[in-house]
Amino acid sequence: MSAVIRTTGLVKRYGRLRAVDGIDLDVRAGDVYGFLGANGSGKTTTVRMLLGLVLPTAGEVELLGERMPRAGRRVLPRVGALVEGPAHHGHLSGRANLSLIDAAGPGGSGRTRRARIEEVLDQVGLGGIDRRPVRAYSLGMRQRLGLAAALLRRPELLVLDEPTNGLDPQGITEIRELLLELNRRGTTVFLSSHLLAEVEQLCTRVGVLDRGRLVLQDELVRLTAPTGATVVSTPEAGRVRAVLDGRVLGVDGDRVVVRGADPAEVNARLVAAGVPVSALALQRPTLEEVVLAAAGTSADRVEAPR
Amino acid sequence: MIGVELRKLFRRPRTWATIAVLNALPVLVAVLLQLTDLAPRPGEGPPFLSAVLTNGALFPLAALAIVLPLFLPIAVAVVAGDAVAGEAQAGTLRYLLVRPAGRTRLLVAKLLAVVAFVLVTVLVVAAVGYVVGATLFEAQPTGGTSVSGTSLSQEELAGRSLLAIGYVTVSMLGVAAFGLFFSTLTDSPLAAALGALAVLVTSSLLFTLDAASPIAPYLPTRYWLAFVDLFRDPVLWRDVVRGLALQGVYVGVLLAAAWANFTTKDVTS
Repeated sequence: MSAVIRTTGLVKRYGRLRAVDGIDLDVRAGDVYGFLGANGSGKTTTVRMLLGLVLPTAGEVELLGERMPRAGRRVLPRVGALVEGPAHHGHLSGRANLSLIDAAGPGGSGRTRRARIEEVLDQVGLGGIDRRPVRAYSLGMRQRLGLAAALLRRPELLVLDEPTNGLDPQGITEIRELLLELNRRGTTVFLSSHLLAEVEQLCTRVGVLDRGRLVLQDELVRLTAPTGATVVSTPEAGRVRAVLDGRVLGVDGDRVVVRGADPAEVNARLVAAGVPVSALALQRPTLEEVVLAAAGTSADRVEAPR
Repeated sequence: MIGVELRKLFRRPRTWATIAVLNALPVLVAVLLQLTDLAPRPGEGPPFLSAVLTNGALFPLAALAIVLPLFLPIAVAVVAGDAVAGEAQAGTLRYLLVRPAGRTRLLVAKLLAVVAFVLVTVLVVAAVGYVVGATLFEAQPTGGTSVSGTSLSQEELAGRSLLAIGYVTVSMLGVAAFGLFFSTLTDSPLAAALGALAVLVTSSLLFTLDAASPIAPYLPTRYWLAFVDLFRDPVLWRDVVRGLALQGVYVGVLLAAAWANFTTKDVTS
């Protein structure tokens, strides 16, 4: 599979602070890539470097196979982006805003503009929007309009920074469905977020940023693969240890973690010994556990010196 | 791209409000003059104003002379200061750049839009001045009188008025260049506009100071009123030419600085 985003040794220094410290991103065609990190971990700076807004101190960025920011004029028309929330001209209507941004660069034909605007407005659920100025839009509507602007030229790559900000739960589900649908039709999605649940539901690959370093980058299914243990729920947790001698890894209330990747076998032995089993499952780490294990404390925490 | 910037500028209510306010002062002056019949004595007050009671055809020039020292530069500084910093503050700059608009192209388009604003504003002031002058005062169909006292034919007057409009426009380009340069330095349109105005206030102040006379020829406001010389007989070109050259140097240097800064800058707004 070809690389859609590739960075090598990407560094951004602000004075003595290394906001981004040598990261090697690898996003492949067809991925829904979740770019995770706490606030202040360097996510937005990285996204801005990908798009040529911020110039790297060192390292290289390749977007769709071409060097950024040099090839921006050829590459960026094929990329849709939402960076740190939407921004529009408040005194103009949503359609006027889309029309202006589309006319402001290459790769958006004027003849198809009107049709494309109607299409993306439909896609993001703003098809029936009237002529009122964007100033009067709600936060969620602005977010949808920002997404519409990103979709305007049917991009091969979507770079989305916190795309569900300001949306209500229904809106979030709707946008998730839209992104998955676009991905099925071949769009690669690069999604930066600090919402683990959102990434877990949407992404196929995950990168975790911690204080400017990429501490983890892998397929989601591999990260949350079964650990080889089984979780048993039972009201008589104490008796499990007696039955499965030496295989108990931990007890937490009525949950017992038992070594062994075959729940049926564990179940059979417990039931044969007369231990009631109310639930049984393979142990899988949640994305949250994986991320917390890989990353340190929150980056916006400022500890007092000791 | 330039079309986009023009649409943005002229579809904005604020632009037209600025132009309207700019016209209010000359109109007020004209009405007061008409009601009281008290023109300033020749050589006092804004240029040409002493003559408009007898010749309304001079009022467009008087109107320009009224707004030139303060109102017009303020308007230009606000629009130019808003050019890049306004987009940065609204957050739309990042979307223009990833569209991609191209930093150099965007800067050129912004500059041309500001030039268009200057031209439209100066033309509207002159046009409103013409209408006001023709309705409130007696226009002399035979033409006008030059500042030197000789008479000018109607064609001569019209031609020289156009030259004056062009000269005022060029004078404002210096202000626009300052505004645009500051606009690339900050994310606050207010700061950029105030920066450009601070330069003008400094320049006007130093101009009146004898101790500053060695640098006076290089002050950006030094030759602004030289358009009056276009109405001497014969035309006194010296200051006009110097004024054009000086504005050219300011515009060139400041735009180069704005370009160098904007094309290498991290856009974090």
